[in-house]
Amino acid sequence: MTQVFENNDLQPVGYGRMLRKEDARLLRGRGRFVDDVQLPGMLHLAILRSPFAHATIVSIDTSAAEASPGVRAVVTGETLKGLGLAWMPTLSNDVQAVLATDKVRFQGQEVAFVVAEDRYQARDALELIDVEYDVLEPVVDVRKALSPDAPVIRTDLEGKTDNHVFDWETGDEEETNRVFAAADVIVKEDIVYPRVHPAPMETCGSVADFDPVEGRLRLWSTTQAPHAHRTLYAIVAGIPEHKIQVIAPDIGGGFGNKVPIYPGYVHSIVGSIVTGRPVKWMEDRSENLISTGFARDYIMRAEIAATSEGKILAIRTNVLADHGAFNGTAAPVKYPAGFFGVFTGSYDLQAAHCKMTAVYTNKAPGGVAYACSFRITEAVYLVERIVDALAYELRMDPAELRLKNFIRPEQFPYTTKTGWVYDSGDYEPTMRLAMEMAGYDELRKEQAEKRARGELMGIGIAFFTEAVGAGPRKNMDILGLGMADGCELRVHPTGKAVVRLSVKTQGQGHETTFAQIVAEELGIPPADIDVLHGDTDNTPFGLGTYGSRSTPVSGAAAALVARKVRDKAKLIASAMLEVSVADLDWVKGSFQVKGDPGRSVTIQEIAFRAHGAGDLPDGVEGGLEAQICYNPSNLTYPHGAYICVVDIDPGTAEVKVRRFIAVDDCGTRINPMIIEGQVHGGLTDGVGMALMEMISFDEDGNCLGASLMDYLIPTALEVPDWETGFTVTPSPHHPIGAKGIGESATVGSPPAIVNAVVDALKPFGIRHADMPLTPSRVWDAMRGRATPPI
Amino acid sequence: MQVTMTVNGTEHTREIEGRMLLVHFLRDVLGLTGTHWGCDTSNCGVCVVWLDGEPVKSCTVLAAMAGGHEVRTVEGLAEGAELDPIQEGFRQCHGLQCGFCTPGMLMTCRALLDRNPDPTEGEIREAISGQICRCTGYSSIVRSVQWTAAHEAAAAATKEEAVAP
Repeated sequence: MTQVFENNDLQPVGYGRMLRKEDARLLRGRGRFVDDVQLPGMLHLAILRSPFAHATIVSIDTSAAEASPGVRAVVTGETLKGLGLAWMPTLSNDVQAVLATDKVRFQGQEVAFVVAEDRYQARDALELIDVEYDVLEPVVDVRKALSPDAPVIRTDLEGKTDNHVFDWETGDEEETNRVFAAADVIVKEDIVYPRVHPAPMETCGSVADFDPVEGRLRLWSTTQAPHAHRTLYAIVAGIPEHKIQVIAPDIGGGFGNKVPIYPGYVHSIVGSIVTGRPVKWMEDRSENLISTGFARDYIMRAEIAATSEGKILAIRTNVLADHGAFNGTAAPVKYPAGFFGVFTGSYDLQAAHCKMTAVYTNKAPGGVAYACSFRITEAVYLVERIVDALAYELRMDPAELRLKNFIRPEQFPYTTKTGWVYDSGDYEPTMRLAMEMAGYDELRKEQAEKRARGELMGIGIAFFTEAVGAGPRKNMDILGLGMADGCELRVHPTGKAVVRLSVKTQGQGHETTFAQIVAEELGIPPADIDVLHGDTDNTPFGLGTYGSRSTPVSGAAAALVARKVRDKAKLIASAMLEVSVADLDWVKGSFQVKGDPGRSVTIQEIAFRAHGAGDLPDGVEGGLEAQICYNPSNLTYPHGAYICVVDIDPGTAEVKVRRFIAVDDCGTRINPMIIEGQVHGGLTDGVGMALMEMISFDEDGNCLGASLMDYLIPTALEVPDWETGFTVTPSPHHPIGAKGIGESATVGSPPAIVNAVVDALKPFGIRHADMPLTPSRVWDAMRGRATPPI
Repeated sequence: MQVTMTVNGTEHTREIEGRMLLVHFLRDVLGLTGTHWGCDTSNCGVCVVWLDGEPVKSCTVLAAMAGGHEVRTVEGLAEGAELDPIQEGFRQCHGLQCGFCTPGMLMTCRALLDRNPDPTEGEIREAISGQICRCTGYSSIVRSVQWTAAHEAAAAATKEEAVAP
């Protein structure tokens, strides 16, 4: 801790610990979040939602609501139908109702909206809308969704006679079966990753301001992907794209919850068009939990084959995926299961195979969210859980089993049996560092002593490899939009600069780290570099921030655009110093004449000359700026070793996370303070998912996690003081060697915690227990009743 | 109904509906948007302000109940350009990321330090346990409070030295 204090005044011209530029406004209550936007004449919008999971809409009577004080408009699905706006595309080439017309398909679905003078009046009027429903049998149990007698949810899709969304397969089934048939040991486990919710502290919302004279729409919205949203609004609403300005101001956490377009955003646009006034919509917490993008909901059968000496040979899995009522998964089009294909983990296998079926149920849509790196959370949980189950069967130490099977450093770039090309990695040092920090051998000794006394202590390990930074445009797009990112850099005459990004921070600190990336390349202090983002009118096109893609994609763009500026600066410097370009050396911040370091010009002097009087070299235009669109050649593959220590109270079955050691390798480290913060946040998510969080439903499809009293999120009392470490294995294809870090800890921590709990329960003969490991579920496990949560 | 309250040292009188929540009064009526709203159920604490020096969740206090009382919000922490030490502590120790829970956290932590200038880690965690942060994992918030406590203690010692004969 003393180290933290000592480092506080570091002001690096480039990489290093640097205090954040965005903090000044956020600490003073001067942040500008969507709900802080106040426009003259602004109205407020509230949404009427379905109380039923599955019901036909017989009639809607809005007359009383329309007559309610302050009400300016009441809009139903029938109104939207007339405008051709009742349905909109999802990010997975499905459609979703903007307002229900025929029937409702999940509890909380949007049925009508009211626009009124203030929030209270809008809410009052909702209660006066009279909807007659004809309740239908809901599909709640995902295992029964494909039964022949299951009610068909998507009757809106022509010819649809079942609840099937897609089948997906990866790896070589025949080869995998062959390896399994010859293996000494096969371990099989049914593993559930329950439905959870990102629940950012700021809920979703928007302020729409349509100017009918200019035909121009301004939309402040809680979006992680302002440019992609703008394009989709142009397609959905028919407003020309150049007349739409999407502004993502300060965002109060995203975690994937703010990637999709929600009906509410469209409602605010329609509301503004209909009333001719700005319209604000902010959902409340229950609306956020019951209707916006959930995460996970995979039922997985995992099988692992190995030799009796502990050489892992193959992994195969069968997955049933619950996608809710509409397939709203935000993933690259060719990856309907996201990047689940990396379920082969960090191990050198002979074969692997996965078969997946996705189904519709009467639950909210979503699936890819909560810092999941496009389903890598599920993949890593699967492999790290089944590897531990194998260790249990072989009576091997789980650390030893992993060390024995790691992909070796000389095997990189490594192509997995499911076709992913891991760019770089050196796993053993990362694992050894985590074990050393934890004092692994001493912990095992302590555990043995405690077990002898009947105390329950567990040590859990997880080792993960992530695939982040989507992605190469040759095979990754969202609704046809390539996953590249633009970046523009201008150096002003006085040597101050502005860099414009297509990605958007939701708390990750882009205004600081991106200034540092440019500073490292140009030698301009970060304080002199403004980072602009979140406003489509002022930034280049790109696909936004999610899936840990900002540093891998946009960070590369920022480094390369700065190098372009530096290349131009070099031409100008050669004229200023009257030497050839070949005779110049770049020493961060200035060009020097080779062999004569006294003769040099700084980047600031060059900037002034670029904009100033006097001739420039032939062919060199005035100004000092550049732009780029970066298309990554591959994903980046960060890795990490996590060790968790838990104690379980045998009397109450309460799990206490005593220690958590996280060693992460995200390649080149731009700002270690921010990296540590990203890791801490993800570890806390992991405690939530492993021990507390779950969105569950009763048999009628009522959501039982509809408030923060029912959906439990960790507070400061449930988490330990995190212990972090790092190794550095740069990405060979990334311009600065950096890999993503935003989601590593969310991906890696749940299996470490569950493995620790299962390890603590070893005396009861437990090999697996599903999340969330609440006291009642642990209590059941201790009594041999470790039933799945769904 | 008419309500009069003092917010950050300034008295305000407004005509409001009896059902208006304090958080909406501060944000929508006075335009003090530093105080946030997050859950409706008193679980998240992003709306914490002081009512007569005590932290309260302003989403479950009626504006009318604050009539005749003193309210302090995050906007009332800094004095001009100078941050309150708790704000500086959060800055130094990366105690915030998205900044949405921060105003409430700052008000609670300031109140803790006013009451207990040298809290243990456990006391800090207990004090902020009615509030949720989705970004930081809390360790850095704990460190921010410890940083502030250490710096305020050092500043007090310097002051004492200066006045000593």
